[in-house]
Order: sequence, then C-alpha cells, then structure tokens
Amino acid sequence: MIEVIAILALFMLVGAIVAVETSHLLFAVISVGAVGFLAAIAFLLLGAPDVAIVQIGVEVITLVILIRATIGRDATSAVGQRKLVGTVTAVTFVAAIGLFGLQGLSDFPAFGMSVMDRIADAPSNTYLQDGLADTGAPNIVTAVLLDFRAYDTLGEATVLFCAVLGTLAILRRKARVAPSPNEHKEDSE
Amino acid sequence: MNRDPSDQGMGEIVRTVARWLRGFILAYGIYVVLHGHITPGGGFEGGIVIACVFILLTLAGGQDLGLSFFSRRAALSFISVGGLLFLALAWMGMWWAGGAFLQNFIGTSEEARFSLFSAGTIPILNIGLGLKVASSLFLVFTVLAAFRIDAASEKPEEEGSGS
Amino acid sequence: MIYSLCLLLILVGLYGVAVSRNTLKIVIGLLIMEHGVHLLLILIGYRTAGSPPIMDPGTTATDFSGSAVDPLPQALVLTSIVIGLGVLALMAALCVRLYERYGTFDIRAMTRLRG
Repeated sequence: MIEVIAILALFMLVGAIVAVETSHLLFAVISVGAVGFLAAIAFLLLGAPDVAIVQIGVEVITLVILIRATIGRDATSAVGQRKLVGTVTAVTFVAAIGLFGLQGLSDFPAFGMSVMDRIADAPSNTYLQDGLADTGAPNIVTAVLLDFRAYDTLGEATVLFCAVLGTLAILRRKARVAPSPNEHKEDSE
Repeated sequence: MNRDPSDQGMGEIVRTVARWLRGFILAYGIYVVLHGHITPGGGFEGGIVIACVFILLTLAGGQDLGLSFFSRRAALSFISVGGLLFLALAWMGMWWAGGAFLQNFIGTSEEARFSLFSAGTIPILNIGLGLKVASSLFLVFTVLAAFRIDAASEKPEEEGSGS
Repeated sequence: MIYSLCLLLILVGLYGVAVSRNTLKIVIGLLIMEHGVHLLLILIGYRTAGSPPIMDPGTTATDFSGSAVDPLPQALVLTSIVIGLGVLALMAALCVRLYERYGTFDIRAMTRLRG
C-alpha cells in the first residue's frame, strides 16, 4: 500500500514541478489539475471516499475557473531573465524551511499507526465506537461533521459565504456612462 | 451590452445533450445530499455535484442557458436560505429542546437505523449545507468565468481617473 | 519517508509562490501547497489495512472501531478543501481586477500604491 501511495506522491511532485517551472500558463493550469486528480486517487486508496468525491468536484471547478480566467487575455507568463540572486535566495529560504520541517517530521509515528492504537482515550475512538449509537448515522465522517463537530461546519459555511461576498464585491461593475469633470477630481484625491 | 461571441457556448449537439443530462445529474446530486448519513456523501459532496449541473449548462449553452435555469437573484436567496436553515436548527436545539447549541434534538430510534429518515437533525442540516454550497459555487462561477473585459476600451477611462 | 514527499510538495508550492512573477502562477503555487497539506493530513490518519469509516448493517461497534481509519482528519480536510475553493475564487477575482487595472499579469508592473 505504501508503495502505491509513494508512486502517486512522486507523480504529484513531478506535476507540481512542471506547474511551477513552465512558462506557458495553460500547461501550468493543466498540471495543477493533474496533481489534484492524483490526490483524489490517493484519498480513495487511503480509505477516504467522502474526501475523494469533494476533491474531484473541487478540482474540476478549479480548472474551469482558472482556464476561463486566462483565456482571451495576454496569457503567456512573464518572460525575461530571472535574476540569479532572487532564485538563490528563494531556494535557500525554502531549503531552510525544509530542514526545519524534516526535523519536525522525525517525531511523527510510523505510517499506518494511527492515533487510536497509540492513545486509548483519543476522541476518534469515541467517535468510532459510539457514533452509530449516539447519532444514528452509519457514516461516521458525516456524524463527526454534523453532530460531534457541527460548530466547525457552521464556521466553514460562514467562511464560504464571506468568500462569495468578497468575490461579488470585487467584480462588481458600475456602469460608467459619461464621466463628468467633477467626478474625476473626486476620484484622484 | 456587448456580448463576446465565444460566450454563446458550444454547438447544437452539446447543448441538447446537456439539456437532456441536467435532470439526471440533478437527481444524483439530490440523492447524494439526502443519503449523506448512510453512504459516502453529504452536504458538501452533493452541493458540488449540483453546482456542476449549472456549470455544465453555462459552459454548453452560454450564459443564457445557465441563467435561465437558476438566476443570480435566486442563487443569492438560496445561499441565505441554506444558512438560515442551519442556524435555525442550531437555535432550536438550544431554545426549544433545552440542550446545547447545535444539539441533535430530534431523537433517533434503534430500528430506524440505516434508513433515510433517521439520525435526527443530520439530514436537514445536510440539505441546508447542500443548498448553500451549490448556490455559492454557481454564483462564483457565473460572476468569474463569464466575466469578460475589453482591456483596450477600459484604458482611457482608467488613465483619466488615476492622474 | 512518505511524509517527506508531502513536505517536498509543500516546499515546491512555496518556491512557486516566492519566485513567480505572474499572479496566476502565485495562485497555482498556493494550490499545490494546499494539495500537499491535505495529503499529509489524510496520511496521518491512515491505519494499516483499514476500512473507510462507514458502517455496514452487519458489523458490531467494537469490530468496526478496531478496523476503521481515523474519521477526524477526513472531516477537517473536507472542510479545508471547500474553503480552499472559496479562497481560490477570491484570488482569481483579484487577479482579474489587477489585469484590468494594469493590463498585464506581471507583478513587476504593479507599482502604484493607491488605486
């Protein structure tokens, strides 16, 4: 199992590197879509069908939004030499964060040893054992999302609402009929 | 309003097939939302599937076909209806049933497990969440992806107001 | 070892955000970081030879709790994916507005401080 996940992660890495390095914008968007679909397959293999459905749907909508945002515009990426100082600084910075991250990852448990085996009174044990009896829902993920942790779902609904309001507010267009000179003076202050 | 000719959507075959398919995909999305507590699914998954129906219609037939099925004003009101349903059930758990905020106050019985009408408030919350997610994603897509600007005609106005 | 592959994915996304001069490439870098984080969270919750956390009519509660994967990271990642889509919509709207104002996606051209 871990080999399959490792191969998928390797392909995701290749797709990510292509997406970051290429100068043609459409290739980058398609590579990000490929990374997302591989992530959905990985979620399915790791026993998370709910997350896989959401990931595929969100990836399709992401691709559609990104492609529609680049079509018809001056779509190729910024050309020109990238300064060497900038690239070396960025690589050093990212490598430093990577070293700290590896240090933190060395404390993780082995792959496959979940928290329910290590700690006896973890919340996940309670969710799995009493989930059906307490809530009556066989789908424990839905029971966690909408009964045990419904407050987080309310917060998520709020965040989605605010993001939609922000998008509408940014893209609102007022009809500009004929700008009068007074309007120009007020605008430039 | 000047409409970009590529905004009219695709050919006649694609448009007809999309119109035939919309009922089936909508039924599947509603099924995923309602059976969220029995099978994998729920509010988020079903909401995304329902949003994909409208996105399919908009991509196949242009903005006219998409908006004729579900206008922007209806989408805004459905977002609010979904959110208010969620909050109403939360407050009812506190005031009416005397428990905590967002408590599952509709009881569940032993023999009604694995059937559709079980699990208390969870299916109703799923419906509210599905409405909210579907309408939000459709609204965002309509505003973003159908947004066409004409950079050449905007420039003289921008320079005038910025100087 | 597989956790370090996820970390590498996050680092590639971070590098993309730091180095890109195109606003859409910055958005793409953020998307790659999000994928890495979600994969890492779901990998933490995996149990060897585990089943999805959805009960059948036949199993008992103790059998199920001994063989299912962790449901808590899945719930949190589900929420995070949908929020990521909302944030992507906001970022794309900003990119479109910036393009409308400056005529290009290049961040080196965006030097005005006001308006």
